[in-house]
Amino acid sequence: MQDLSNADCIVIQGSNMAECHPVAYQWVTEARLKGARVIHIDPRFTRTSATADKHIPIRAGSDVVLLGALIKYILDHELYFKEYVVAYTNAATMVSEEYRDTEDLDGLFSGYDDAKGSYSQQTWAYASSDGEDDETPGTIGGPAAGHEHGEAKSARAAGDEHGSGGPALEHARVLRDETLQDPNTVFQILKRHYARYTPEMVADTCGISVDDFEYLARSVTENSGRERTTAFVYAVGWTQHTLGAQFIRTAAIVQLLLGNMGRPGGGIMALRGHASIQGSTDIPTLYNILPGYLAMPVAGLHDTWDEYLAAIGNKEQKGFWANADTYAVSLLKAWWGKAATAENDWCFDYVPKLTGAHGTYQTTMAMLDDQVEGYFLLGQNPAVGSAHGRMQRQAMSHLKWLVVRDFNMIESATFWKDGPEIASGELVTEDIQTEVFFLPAAAHTEKSGSFTQTQRMLQWHHQAVQPPGDCQSELQFFYELGRRVRELLADSTDERDRPLLDLTWDYPTDEHGDPDAEAVLAEINGRHLTGDQAGRPLSAYTEMKADGSTDGGCWIYTGVYAGSVNHAADRKPGREQDLTALDWGWAWPANRRILYNRASADPEGNPWSERKRYVWWDAEQGKWTGHDVPDFVPDKAPSYRPEPGTGGPAGLAGDDPFVMQADGKGWLFAPKGMLDGPLPTHYEPQESPVQNPLYTQQSNPARKVFPRKDNLWSPSGDSPGADVYPYVFTTYRLTEHHTAGGMSRWLPYLSELQPEFFCEVSPELAAERGLENGGWATIVSARAAIEARVMVTERMTPLTVTGRTIHQVGLPYHWGVGTNAVVSGDAANDLLGVALDPNVQIQESKAGSCDIVPGRRPAGEELLRLVAEYQSRAGSTVMTSNELRTGHPESTPDTREG
Amino acid sequence: MDPKKTFLSWPVVRQVRSGDFLGRGPSVTSAHTRELAPRTATADKVVQSVCPYCAVGCGQRVFVKDGRVVQIEGDPDSPVSRGRLCPKGSASEQLVNNPGRQRKALYRRPGGTDWEPIELSTAVEMVAQRFVESRRRTWQDRDEHGRPLRRTMGIASLGGATLDNEENYLIKKLFTAAGAIQIENQARI
Repeated sequence: MQDLSNADCIVIQGSNMAECHPVAYQWVTEARLKGARVIHIDPRFTRTSATADKHIPIRAGSDVVLLGALIKYILDHELYFKEYVVAYTNAATMVSEEYRDTEDLDGLFSGYDDAKGSYSQQTWAYASSDGEDDETPGTIGGPAAGHEHGEAKSARAAGDEHGSGGPALEHARVLRDETLQDPNTVFQILKRHYARYTPEMVADTCGISVDDFEYLARSVTENSGRERTTAFVYAVGWTQHTLGAQFIRTAAIVQLLLGNMGRPGGGIMALRGHASIQGSTDIPTLYNILPGYLAMPVAGLHDTWDEYLAAIGNKEQKGFWANADTYAVSLLKAWWGKAATAENDWCFDYVPKLTGAHGTYQTTMAMLDDQVEGYFLLGQNPAVGSAHGRMQRQAMSHLKWLVVRDFNMIESATFWKDGPEIASGELVTEDIQTEVFFLPAAAHTEKSGSFTQTQRMLQWHHQAVQPPGDCQSELQFFYELGRRVRELLADSTDERDRPLLDLTWDYPTDEHGDPDAEAVLAEINGRHLTGDQAGRPLSAYTEMKADGSTDGGCWIYTGVYAGSVNHAADRKPGREQDLTALDWGWAWPANRRILYNRASADPEGNPWSERKRYVWWDAEQGKWTGHDVPDFVPDKAPSYRPEPGTGGPAGLAGDDPFVMQADGKGWLFAPKGMLDGPLPTHYEPQESPVQNPLYTQQSNPARKVFPRKDNLWSPSGDSPGADVYPYVFTTYRLTEHHTAGGMSRWLPYLSELQPEFFCEVSPELAAERGLENGGWATIVSARAAIEARVMVTERMTPLTVTGRTIHQVGLPYHWGVGTNAVVSGDAANDLLGVALDPNVQIQESKAGSCDIVPGRRPAGEELLRLVAEYQSRAGSTVMTSNELRTGHPESTPDTREG
Repeated sequence: MDPKKTFLSWPVVRQVRSGDFLGRGPSVTSAHTRELAPRTATADKVVQSVCPYCAVGCGQRVFVKDGRVVQIEGDPDSPVSRGRLCPKGSASEQLVNNPGRQRKALYRRPGGTDWEPIELSTAVEMVAQRFVESRRRTWQDRDEHGRPLRRTMGIASLGGATLDNEENYLIKKLFTAAGAIQIENQARI
């Protein structure tokens, strides 16, 4: 975070950093005070814009066009960092001759399957230098992964597995042309792919003038190179789209071309929104991964331990993922202890198997089908915070039992008596058979534990007081739940209960029955199990073994408890340290603050410039040194060259800085891993008033759609009925509230500061629709209608896109309908439908289509009639906007009727 | 005459002596005001903590008196936040002490129109029983091709981004061992 102050230019896009991460914004201010240029690209003018050098308004969802044009500008003007690009990226690597680009196939990459609505990635592979031992020359992928279709990968949100490095490759014997001239090099493919992403295309698609684009392009390129670095900053304005992962990929290509990765003041900063949302991804409460980004096994792909091992990390690939077997065995040993042996494949059979996507939205739909009996809500309020609030609340009314653990009586706990569907008559309290347990939760001051903040840093918070009343930590609740469940099953002889009964589940507790969080942290860190070190904590994940002699619950966290010291609690004051502050908290991996920081030195190991000196090779001492923990094998000389065919960390050359990538290079072109294309390409949102100006293909052909009666969409582009929902809406946060309000709308201070739901509209839109500042407006989407106070403000800019004016409506999403909070109001997320990014299964909530009219919404049945009348006028059916491949109805998945 | 009131306590003398020439400062403060001290000064202990809202991870100092949190302020030692907190972080004392916070377990029976009080331990035991029963009823041993599944699709969970790493670890560990796979949190949203 502090490193942002080293930047010479900062582009904030898809984030309102000054209001949503205000304390971190001080580092942007520091950079600006030192002369850095700050540019804010966002549909709305906000406090971030007000304190930036320039605000560039953009049409929500068009970011790939803007960033793609930046790539073209860099290539056309030869402004890329040549030595960096040739040595450290895969620009020179050759791609299979079978690869076909979206430019060749009118918006599709090669390998698209209409029947599956997804890609086979085989033709995107690197060209191989030796075809002899490969079944299919040019293909890559582990024995299991090689045959896995994009559809299956999407179902397990395989994109999420790359939270700590790239996907597995079978080997790294690639062909390279370091002159970058061969037409099959990544570099030449990149040039062709972005050839039509011109400043004029930006003007026409994003609503950004040619002058503003030139300003951005000049700012970024003039502030990159040996002497200068540019940083990008984003938040959910980039992730919550049907091609969200590709937004970030586009920025990654820009930053690799400009040589800004792994260097001070460079990189791409993800601003995450919850205290431990990074931690809950690393140690996932997510369906598709195990701790440390190890995949959850999938039936049919990973039925056996050997199949699983081959898929998670191949011994022949380069880098540290080749040792994935040691991470997986250590995890299984941590969970099943003595029961996990080499003979039983470390209890691999105990891990349940996936058969498709089991994400939160699929689970919601399964509830509607009465397939889910019980649901735990742990500090989360889906009735307000998840997309399609109506679907969320309806789904919960189908449960047999619901456990809500929170501080306050959130709307998800009371939907059965005061939710909007009770008011509309769609649900009747007495008919809802859901049993609800409300169990009060302990606050951060009432328990000890670690949060992992947005830059991968674990920080311990110490217990200050005892929780009041019945309030309990999750640690205590789940320890207790596990204890009681095991007691209930204690006499079971059923084989299915063995994983629970064999589970290591004995943690020391205090006199109140609360488990010792530090003991859990020690298990996460891992231990030596045998030899003279037995019982001692591991100090690095490189000590993990695949023979059962170590355990460890999350390999990337190994080292946080090195030497039996809780390093998450390290608290040397910042003013007594340099900016990197290695003695405050502990960042994974290995307490490293900037990832891939070997790239801050040139191939010979010298800093690219004095000004940007960070990590370098000390030839005298024969080791890497610098201001951070070097992200490299500590004593591997820059001149080191492995024997061809060497796998694992030893396979990395002394100038391969991207040590978690299977070929050691930064990927401009992703031969594997991205399920919707090896290069980002522009598609319109699931519903959009604009026709895709680049291709016939309107929206991401690999996105996940759910054609159901309760999940209708506006017609898009030039389709009849699109004018019924003529405006774009986008949702956002305010400084004074937190997500769905569970931690803010119950606080009088914060509720007084932001008491009421409102919508932001431009004076032009207000005039067009007769909206009055301070008055009421009703906003209608193809799913719902809500009401909000109107704020008429020049902060919203009407944009000219393809010759017509596009108005955008801004909606903060913190309020919900209920009777317990200090402040309540309609929920913006009720307007949203469910359509997902295929890589990570995240919903598109940052761009939708709506209408806005003056006055309050009707209540009761009249409200339902209003929504239905709009749907009918637009002609929305379950097929509307749900064609995956434009013009090919057969590509629409056959899902259940809602 | 009050023996404490001497010549030196005459207003004009007080003003001159304290340098408070306009008579709007220390020379006119009441005894009550003089006795006031910030809650931070009288706290029994100060505990280092981390802000529970967004993911910047600002340092907090939690001031405790008589077993109760009396104030939460930014931690100037933190190299990330350097003592600053935003409006939410600054309000976190109210997050933990707010009178509207739920402190008791509650139960709503099927078809019920209101909450009923319940003993915490009873509630946890009921949840454990339902967990075991739902798991048994919805168990899937193998798929249609006979491949192992070993799971239940009858139990789901949402939440974790506001919780500690150690808590997420126990949640994932217990649910995975039980065969429950629909375990999700805000990171997907």
